Amino acid sequence: MARFIVRRTLSALALIFAISVVVFGIFEVIPAYNPARAIAGRNATQTTVNEVSRKFGFNRPFWVQYANTMKLIFTGQVIDYQYDLNVVDQFKERFPATLSLVVPAGIMWLIVSIVLGSVSALRVGRVSDRALMVLAILGVSIPVFLLAEVLLYLFAFKLKIFPNTGYVTFGTSPAQWAYHLILPWISIAVLSIGFYSRVLRSNLLDMVNQDFVRTARAKGLNQGRVFRRHVLRNSLMPIVTMFGLDFATLLGGAALVTETVFNIPGVGQYEAQAIGNLDVPPILVGAMFTGFFVALFTAATDIVYALLDPRIRLSG
Amino acid sequence: MSLNPFPRSRNRGEGNPSNEDPRGDHTSEGREGVALEDQVLLKPWGQEATTAPGGDQAEQIHAIGPWSLAWRRLRRNKVALGFGCLFILLVALCFLAPVYSSDVAHIGPNQTNVTGTIKLNGKVTNVVSVDGIPIGPTLSSRYFFGADSEGRDLAVRLLYGGRTSLIIGAVATLIIIVFGTLVGLLCGFFRGPIDAILRPLMQLIWSFPPVILGVAVGTALALGGIGPIKGNSLLVPAVIIGVIYVPYLGLPIRGEVLRLGQQDFVDAARVQGMSPWRTMISEILPNAASTIIVFVPMMLAYAILLEAYLSFLGAGVQPPNSSWGTLISDGLQYIFTAPYLSLIPGAMLVLTVLSINVVGDGVRDALDPRAQLRIKT
Repeated sequence: MARFIVRRTLSALALIFAISVVVFGIFEVIPAYNPARAIAGRNATQTTVNEVSRKFGFNRPFWVQYANTMKLIFTGQVIDYQYDLNVVDQFKERFPATLSLVVPAGIMWLIVSIVLGSVSALRVGRVSDRALMVLAILGVSIPVFLLAEVLLYLFAFKLKIFPNTGYVTFGTSPAQWAYHLILPWISIAVLSIGFYSRVLRSNLLDMVNQDFVRTARAKGLNQGRVFRRHVLRNSLMPIVTMFGLDFATLLGGAALVTETVFNIPGVGQYEAQAIGNLDVPPILVGAMFTGFFVALFTAATDIVYALLDPRIRLSG
Repeated sequence: MSLNPFPRSRNRGEGNPSNEDPRGDHTSEGREGVALEDQVLLKPWGQEATTAPGGDQAEQIHAIGPWSLAWRRLRRNKVALGFGCLFILLVALCFLAPVYSSDVAHIGPNQTNVTGTIKLNGKVTNVVSVDGIPIGPTLSSRYFFGADSEGRDLAVRLLYGGRTSLIIGAVATLIIIVFGTLVGLLCGFFRGPIDAILRPLMQLIWSFPPVILGVAVGTALALGGIGPIKGNSLLVPAVIIGVIYVPYLGLPIRGEVLRLGQQDFVDAARVQGMSPWRTMISEILPNAASTIIVFVPMMLAYAILLEAYLSFLGAGVQPPNSSWGTLISDGLQYIFTAPYLSLIPGAMLVLTVLSINVVGDGVRDALDPRAQLRIKT
């Protein structure tokens, strides 16, 4: 276990390092990108631009700039170029909103996918199975922002069941918090449900014909137990892998489209603004933040693997 | 012919029964696309194969190659065919945009008409009302789907935008297929240093969410362009989308090629003195072809969707061009006053991607016999 933790920590650090260098490098090689000009403002003179460039160290070599930025990030002093806000503070402040959006949505889509996938596999070819097929293929064909828009139009504008947009913190009022987040949760979850339940369905159907399932039946276990303990348990692996990665990137800001459409002040919205302004520090911190969660959840996935299948040992 | 130790499925056709190896034993350890033929020989479905395994009437052997078999299976899938026709129809409509614009709607895609009027049911109506609310769908030749706030014809813009989306999708898919296959082949076949350099690079791109990566690079390149390509050129989003998705094809192809490289027929080719490049092109590539084909519709759907995401976030198609993504994005602010402005382009986008996905599913089912069997269980 100790070996597992050490190796995973090292590979996580390597991943975050690689991501930060690449993101930093992308902006370095883009010809039109000139942060000094962006900071100095639209009508700045060349002298002002040069001054800003010197002050922020944009004229220094790549590695020096990179090292300085990293030092600022890890001491929590890095500010964005557009609004002069402390980036690390922004992430801390906005992360609860992203958590409230992503965690319930994730739980929702995982549970619903497992239920729907199982139902569909148990009733292959029936109406419920076909309906799921349609949902799944629709799910991979609709962009999130369009679904969010349709939901807003139908439920917030036409039927007036749910509030338009906005976000209420959990501390203010848990009921209002959930009420405001239901549409965003649905728009994140529905699309994944289609895909996940279909993957689970085909895994289940593969698994039903395996020898160990026949053995389990032959030794007299009842159908429900065979399904839960043997078939489902072994079919969950790919779902767990997919979920770990998707969930990690959503936490890191991949929910930026949903957050933008529903005006939820999470890290994704901040990243979307930063991307629009070509504001490197928040983009960089966002990418490293995502990298951190990807590494964390990859490790978590392996632990879940070991729990699901005792033959797998945690080796790193 | 018997000297050829690795008869490839592709060369064995209906018209050349003497090529047939009636035992089909070479296929049993092969990949699924080859195994497919095996199953037909051993367990004929319908009247497709009339072979008796090990049969003595060699001249009666009438087996069907896996490609034509897959095509037959696809032809029987009426849903996939229907959506295929729908897709062709949508593509044709979008590419007829200039004709529609000049001969039916008599207005260009970017031509504003804020103060204009049209005759509707004998009544003269403002295209954009005094309060600034544009005319809704008229379902007549002019402003069929209504106008936007600047009096531009949505139907015309919809078709032009669709053309843009489809072109970007097609160019990106071409990039993905060419480079994904190339990188996958090189990494999987030569391994060594090529693999050591290209694989981590692909994994790095792959570990980023495509939308975030695409938006960051897209915004930056929209400002300055790449080399000779201008920032607002359609090639910018196409190249970005293509590069982002190369690993999504490259990594699976690499895995497939790695597996194929260990098969006996590759050893046989080497022993016969075939050069590595020729082995790669004429032995490995045809065997990986069905995997690549399965990815084509999937990648096209992904590319069109990613283009919509990028354009929605302002990092994709730049003015004066428009695409379905920019139309949806522009319409979002009028979602409550003129919902059709974003919902109609949205519906077109979903219909197109949906039909590609249904056809793609059909192609996969046709090429992967295990998928067929799975449905039958």
